[in-house]
Amino acid sequence: MTNTPRLLEVDQLAVEYPGHGRKPAFRALEEISFAIRPGETLGLVGESGSGKTTIGRAILGLVKPTAGHIRFDGKDITHAGRHDRRNLSRDIQVVFQDPYTSLNPSMTVEDILSEPLTIQGTNKKDALERVRGLLDRVRLPANSGGRLPREFSGGQRQRIAIARAIAVKPRLIVCDEPVSALDLTTQATVLDLLVEIQEATKVAYLFVSHDLSVIRHISHNVIVLYKGHIVEQGRAAQVTSQPVHPYTQRLFMSAPVPNPAQQRERREARRQLVAATTGQAA
Amino acid sequence: MTLATEVPTDVEPVVPRSGLVRRFLRNPLGLLSTLVLLAVIVIAVVVPFLGLPDPNGVNLREANRAPGAAHLLGTDGSGRDIFSRIMWGTQVLLAGSGISLAISMAIGVATGLMAGYYGGWFDSVASWFNNLTMSLPGIVVLLAVTTVVGPNVYIAMATFGILLTPAFFRVVRGAVQAVRNELYVDAARVSGLSDARIIARHILTVVRAPVIIQAARVASIAISVQAGLELLGITDSTVPSWGNMLNEGFRKIALSPGLILWPSLAIGLVSMALILVGNALRDALEDRGHGTTRAVRLPARTAVEPSATPAPAHPANALLSVQNLKVAYGTGSGQKEVVHGVSLHVAPGEVLGLVGESGSGKTQTAFAVLGLLPEGGHVSDGSILFDGKELTALGTKDRTALRGTDIAYIPQEPMSNLDPAFRIGHQLTVPMRTRLGLSKADARSRALALLARVGIADPEKTFKSYPHEVSGGMAQRVLIAGAVSCNPRLLIADEPTTALDVTVQAEVLDLLRDLQRETGMAVVMVTHNFGVVADICDRVAVMQSGRLVEVDTVEKILTAPSQSYTQKLLDSMLEDGPARPYPFDDDDSAASPLKAKE
Amino acid sequence: MTIFLLRRLLSAVVLLVVVSFLARVLLYQGIGDVARNVLGESATEEQVALKNQELGLDQPLIVQYFDWLSNAISGDLGVSFFSSQSVWDTLLIRLPVTLSLVVVVTLLTGVVAFAVGIYAAVRKGWVDRTLQILATLGDALPPYIVALFLVTFFAIQQKIFPATGFIPLTESPAGWARTITLPVIALAIGGVAGVAQQVRSSTLGVLHHDYIRTVRSRGLSERRIILTSVLRNASTNGLTSLAVQVVGILGGAVFIEVLFALPGLGSLAVEAAFRTDLPLIVGVVLALMLIVVTVNLVVDILVAWLNPKVRLS
Repeated sequence: MTNTPRLLEVDQLAVEYPGHGRKPAFRALEEISFAIRPGETLGLVGESGSGKTTIGRAILGLVKPTAGHIRFDGKDITHAGRHDRRNLSRDIQVVFQDPYTSLNPSMTVEDILSEPLTIQGTNKKDALERVRGLLDRVRLPANSGGRLPREFSGGQRQRIAIARAIAVKPRLIVCDEPVSALDLTTQATVLDLLVEIQEATKVAYLFVSHDLSVIRHISHNVIVLYKGHIVEQGRAAQVTSQPVHPYTQRLFMSAPVPNPAQQRERREARRQLVAATTGQAA
Repeated sequence: MTLATEVPTDVEPVVPRSGLVRRFLRNPLGLLSTLVLLAVIVIAVVVPFLGLPDPNGVNLREANRAPGAAHLLGTDGSGRDIFSRIMWGTQVLLAGSGISLAISMAIGVATGLMAGYYGGWFDSVASWFNNLTMSLPGIVVLLAVTTVVGPNVYIAMATFGILLTPAFFRVVRGAVQAVRNELYVDAARVSGLSDARIIARHILTVVRAPVIIQAARVASIAISVQAGLELLGITDSTVPSWGNMLNEGFRKIALSPGLILWPSLAIGLVSMALILVGNALRDALEDRGHGTTRAVRLPARTAVEPSATPAPAHPANALLSVQNLKVAYGTGSGQKEVVHGVSLHVAPGEVLGLVGESGSGKTQTAFAVLGLLPEGGHVSDGSILFDGKELTALGTKDRTALRGTDIAYIPQEPMSNLDPAFRIGHQLTVPMRTRLGLSKADARSRALALLARVGIADPEKTFKSYPHEVSGGMAQRVLIAGAVSCNPRLLIADEPTTALDVTVQAEVLDLLRDLQRETGMAVVMVTHNFGVVADICDRVAVMQSGRLVEVDTVEKILTAPSQSYTQKLLDSMLEDGPARPYPFDDDDSAASPLKAKE
Repeated sequence: MTIFLLRRLLSAVVLLVVVSFLARVLLYQGIGDVARNVLGESATEEQVALKNQELGLDQPLIVQYFDWLSNAISGDLGVSFFSSQSVWDTLLIRLPVTLSLVVVVTLLTGVVAFAVGIYAAVRKGWVDRTLQILATLGDALPPYIVALFLVTFFAIQQKIFPATGFIPLTESPAGWARTITLPVIALAIGGVAGVAQQVRSSTLGVLHHDYIRTVRSRGLSERRIILTSVLRNASTNGLTSLAVQVVGILGGAVFIEVLFALPGLGSLAVEAAFRTDLPLIVGVVLALMLIVVTVNLVVDILVAWLNPKVRLS
């Protein structure tokens, strides 16, 4: 029944962080299932402690799933070993939230960008050639290669991180809050760059954010997480403007709008909603 | 650090990569010390070819000679040439302390890397052994070892090398642990780098400098212990070494006190050189060779130069009025201005939004009003009038007296703004007792009432809690309670909701709005979020790169701004923009759409 | 807090057991033929065998150790190979000298280092510059060199203090003070500089924390903030570094006791090492470890009391 094959399938995923000493184990994720197709963006939205970042890290192999399956291109990668991971790194890449710590401060931009290429066996000369193309792709000056990350602003660093991610032409990029550390104006341009790259290369994104408006801007489909569970999922337009689940509604109403009159209405609506739900609970 | 987000982050000039070596060589003490150490090594190598008198040549007729042409530094009690013995002593010294250094470095770095990178049981075991080693008084262990192996200084120094491994282990383990969880190491893992390559490429570079610094310190400790063992006379006393010379000097200290001078100087010089090389390297690494020891100029004593242009008049009914405010860091030619002449005012009971991106100077302006600019920052020009008082002219004491009771502050990061060492109740009651003169019991009941007022469910419990025992949202409520506890007339809130989840942000904004209405205090709300502005502010000041762009009512700024920069900021907001069009014509996707779980 | 204390106490006991095991087993094994060593080359095989039996050295290692341990717990550390005196009694005679030194030096180091470190961090200026120079000197100059120069100047040339000897505190407090003044100065200089450096840097760290700005915004005086928030938060690192320093002070005490002819545990260790007196040296190691463990325990309790987060880990 599928017209387009699924690129990534996550089935009943659960992640548990082991307890320390007398601290009990913490179940970060439970019963997480979704799929992403080539060229699609799936937005994961939730507040702190919702488990949204853990999903991305499980797919990248940075945390071990406790239960469930992750399939990439039809192949089960739930417990992929180091060798499989190295092959997978050609297809799955990452852009992290903090542009200040995701780049090694003592390496030049050129070294940072050529590292994933040389790992995949590209020779040094071709790699440097490709680095120039990448810098151009993310609209950084051509002479950026010899510089260190600290010489760039937050937005520029995030462009470097994006360039590193697309260097090996991956088919899926996990974007973990890639714009939340950036200024408003920078945020919009980085998001536009991501959309542009997706339209040109058909790369799929798993886009993690706490900000409903960012998610709405970039996603095709959206999953809303609350305390490790999926509470709502569906089309971006639907979930981000007419949410069904009370939690999503509250999330939506809590974000203030930049218009005093509209914000007054939204505030009132939120209060009524909270009063109604807590009234139900009591 | 709030400052970090406020300092402009534009592309800086290219820094040469050899900066570390160059900074190190620019330090005269470091350079001199390096030369001293090189000289010692050269002497140890060439001393047999220098044609010096036999360092062990006993000649009782030549005993206790004063320095002269025949004996440059004189002779000791057995007529041995002191200069020759000092020169030959470098060999024993380098060999002995070299063994210690090599062994401690090899074991310490290797185990530190493994423990830091892999953690787990190896880390626990290795750390335990290092703690054990650190609590052993080394010299006593060496005494015990010499009972077994006899008076062999090299075996003793090899043992001492093992005792010194924690020096490297701890530094390396700490550095590796700090880096291991950095996102760039995660990124390298995602790129498929093997552990060996991650360690080589990303981790060894971080460890290199601390290891060299530590090596200098360890070498100086080894030298002092080696000479000490020789001084105690428990090693072979026939070799010409500095410690053996000290031993002889000590035995004859009453007769010829001069004998201890040269070996002491030699030991002192070499250890000092090692310590100074280590310090110079550390300073070069931290790049703080300048300005660390300059006396702090207290803000109040910083004279404000009279403005060249007469400041515009302060509005008559304002509670706070800032005119032509300039904030700068540093002094003299190194001075860097971050706020370039900002003027604004706040009426009693009014909420003024101070909006801008990072580097706009909004937080610096707020700190200037509070008189709490970070170290090195000062008001370089302009006037801050609060309730008719000129704040820039007040002394430290008068300024302190205004804080809390007249001007209060709510910070951005709730968790880092509560003192981790004191209970929340203590932190709330101390200002009320000292500033309002409340009794302990009154302060306590008022604190509990305040905690209840800011929406904390169990005030008694929170009162008794330490900051690490409460959540971020609770901590921010506690900070709000603290800010309003002494009935301030002006509240300065620096991005008070930025670090909070959006649902908590909404509640905290409700709380702030209610408190403002109840108390009638004025509020300066520093934020980058126009939604927050729309929610709570009466008027808005927009800032960019340390300058004021425009000030107007919230309706005007958000719906019809007069400046294009404000319009640009508003346009870059994503709120209520169109959702992305769905590119697929079928329904197979993140499972079926519109599925909400109960 | 109780659990924290029990865990610390347990780890202290484990440390003592491990160190005593290593000392007892390694030393006796390392020397090999202990009885021959004691009796000298001229002894016959029978005499050696008899001596071995007498010392219990014909038993398996682990049995030897547990015999020794059970005796040690009941206050019997054996007798010296040479003087045939009880090791326990010898230690008790020597302990007050070393304790005098260590306690006075540690307290002095703690008080001076905290005062200087905090002052240097807050006020900078000449105090800070002097501290930097002193810290470098303290790092570079071994205590015995300082001691040699102090002796030369104050004892031999100026005759202000005695060059050697020890008068117990119980005998004459003034005499006690006179005999330990130079040793204490020689021992304290390095420690004060080191701990003050640590206090200075952690104070600077604390002063840059956000919560200090918030406390300032409440209108409390700077003096009060430094004496409460800053002192308490900076003390954890300072105290830990003081505990480490105590180990160094004990090591330095060996030199100082020899140079000033003080009859303490350090000079006892040197004498025992010269004579290969194994029971005595094991006893000294144990006594010194007991001091280290006690200091660590006291510091742990202080740190836990000052810093609530520590109690959790």
